[in-house]
Amino acid sequence: MTETKLPVKNMTAPTEYLKDMEQTDPALIEKLFSYLDEINFGPFTNYEVSAALESRRPTPRDLAALLSLTAEKRLEDLAQKARRLTREHFGNSINLFTPLYIANYCENSCLYCGFNSKNNIKRARLNEEEIERELKTIAQTGLSEILILTGESQKKSDLDYIGRAAEIARKYFHLVGIEIYPLNSDDYAILQKKGVDYVTIFQETYDVKRYAALHPYGRKRVFSYRFNAQERPIAGGLRGVGFGSLFGLSDFRIDALATGIHAYLIQRKYPHAEISFSCPRLRPIPGNTFPLAGRISQKNLLQIICAFRLFMPFAGITVSSRENIIFRNNIVDIAATRISAGVHINIGGHCGKIKGDEQFEINDNRSLAEIFSMLKERGLQPVLSDYLYV
Amino acid sequence: MDNSKDILHLGSHKFTSRFILGSGKYSLNLIKAAVEQAGAQMVTMALRRANPGGKENIIDYIPEGITRLPNTSGARTAAEAVKIARLARELGCGDFIKIEVIRDSKYLLPDNYETIKATEILTKEGFIVMPYMYPDLNVARDLASAGAASVMPLAAPIGSNQGLLTKEFIRILIDEIDLPVIVDAGLGRPSQACEVMEMGAAAIMANTAIATARNIPAMALAFKKAIEAGRNAYLAGLGRIQNTASASSPLTGFLDDGN
Repeated sequence: MTETKLPVKNMTAPTEYLKDMEQTDPALIEKLFSYLDEINFGPFTNYEVSAALESRRPTPRDLAALLSLTAEKRLEDLAQKARRLTREHFGNSINLFTPLYIANYCENSCLYCGFNSKNNIKRARLNEEEIERELKTIAQTGLSEILILTGESQKKSDLDYIGRAAEIARKYFHLVGIEIYPLNSDDYAILQKKGVDYVTIFQETYDVKRYAALHPYGRKRVFSYRFNAQERPIAGGLRGVGFGSLFGLSDFRIDALATGIHAYLIQRKYPHAEISFSCPRLRPIPGNTFPLAGRISQKNLLQIICAFRLFMPFAGITVSSRENIIFRNNIVDIAATRISAGVHINIGGHCGKIKGDEQFEINDNRSLAEIFSMLKERGLQPVLSDYLYV
Repeated sequence: MDNSKDILHLGSHKFTSRFILGSGKYSLNLIKAAVEQAGAQMVTMALRRANPGGKENIIDYIPEGITRLPNTSGARTAAEAVKIARLARELGCGDFIKIEVIRDSKYLLPDNYETIKATEILTKEGFIVMPYMYPDLNVARDLASAGAASVMPLAAPIGSNQGLLTKEFIRILIDEIDLPVIVDAGLGRPSQACEVMEMGAAAIMANTAIATARNIPAMALAFKKAIEAGRNAYLAGLGRIQNTASASSPLTGFLDDGN
């Protein structure tokens, strides 16, 4: 593993909450690490991988077997089963959405991120008029699901600002998701009333030491608060929660295992919650030459996605526009259930009036019409509306 | 057998087809062919897939003359199901509503308690309510009392194609409930549809078994024929099943009626 050489300023221990942070029952985090200790990601035998592949109700240990190096040699078998389970649970439906970045100010210093507060990028925040203009432009393409994103700045992108953006989005879209900094459950409840229905929170890595090294400043440094960030929106009334690691920050097999078990534990505790996974790999970042923990190949990523599908056949899986066209075209045929289209990740990009820089580089900038055609050609059913806000 | 006089009554509506087709897991442009091959007169659709005025609006793909059965999938409570039902009516989907209240994202098992509450409210508003339920006799009785037009017990977890896992409990509902019992969810093969129709189910609903077939319209046709065969067998009256052979030299043969 590559350790960062940059200076680390310890604002707080990564498991120590700040005063205004809502604390939740620590049982979940304890259970996760107890699973990880118990599984002790050692070598898996062919027999264990076969048993995991054949299991109708895979356990966390089966998930580890499916993510193992041994299972990599059975990737075709994983993909075949993943495809069958995806079709059983979702049919040939693929949901379409696009992200809308409304601000890129950030108070954190994630060493791998383009929005790092120390990075010299063009910062911007759309005002309400600009947000509405972007939303209208996107809605005119025919999309009815929007994902609103901000950098993690509570000053520049406060709750009122995000709530207002959600209210405007609700006028044009059936489904509004957010990817913002973690909040307390009361704040999520406010956003739910304003029209937000799901939230995705990336833990980035479940390796606590590595997490501390990668997040030297800012509220994000508090690992536990972020870890419990899926429970709080559920308590606040949001319908769905997404999970994700940024593969490449640490050992991807362990991070994938921890992500899966995290989702598994939340699903057991909150059976009504709709669970989904996002599976980004670390990509080149403008102005940042962060060293990867190890190269994550497409093969590795496919194995992770298939393992998630086998472990939780009912979970949504989103494929990032970080991936290239060939990978995205094929993964929707195997396990992904949700794909972005018409992606612009700079601030103001949908209307062509770019005010701020992007967080990372994308590899698939196809329009909605192009993604639509690709899905139809592959015999898949593009789904623009799969949701009712009630 | 002429099935045109074998009528399925749902509310004040009459159907000669006993196959309700799902529409959610396959390409919208195949719905028409599947409906034709299935001979279906009623098609379910998730209202959340409706996209009025937009692209790929599922409502636009239900052929003319076919009764729409909007479902409340996505509802987690009775209150949410009621709101979705009202919205379906506003969108011109008619008065039929299939209630699905699900608070379990893993197995998608219906919440019977909330389903009864939603049924009570919606029947008072004039809906023809067809509740999806776990086959529990007490719940089925409550649904009947609440004014449901049918009960729709699951055969197995939805989308699982696992077949008739709840067979004996469905049999109890068929025996005890006066409403049409429409078996919904989990049937994976035409032979299972046939079996449940032989048992006396009023109709079946299928989606995944057809949607995941290699040839969707052909599987719709296979289900149609199986449902008709099962129904005809039920109407004809199945022969008695005996656990032992009829002895050709009965033990009681020595008895003399004269003594």
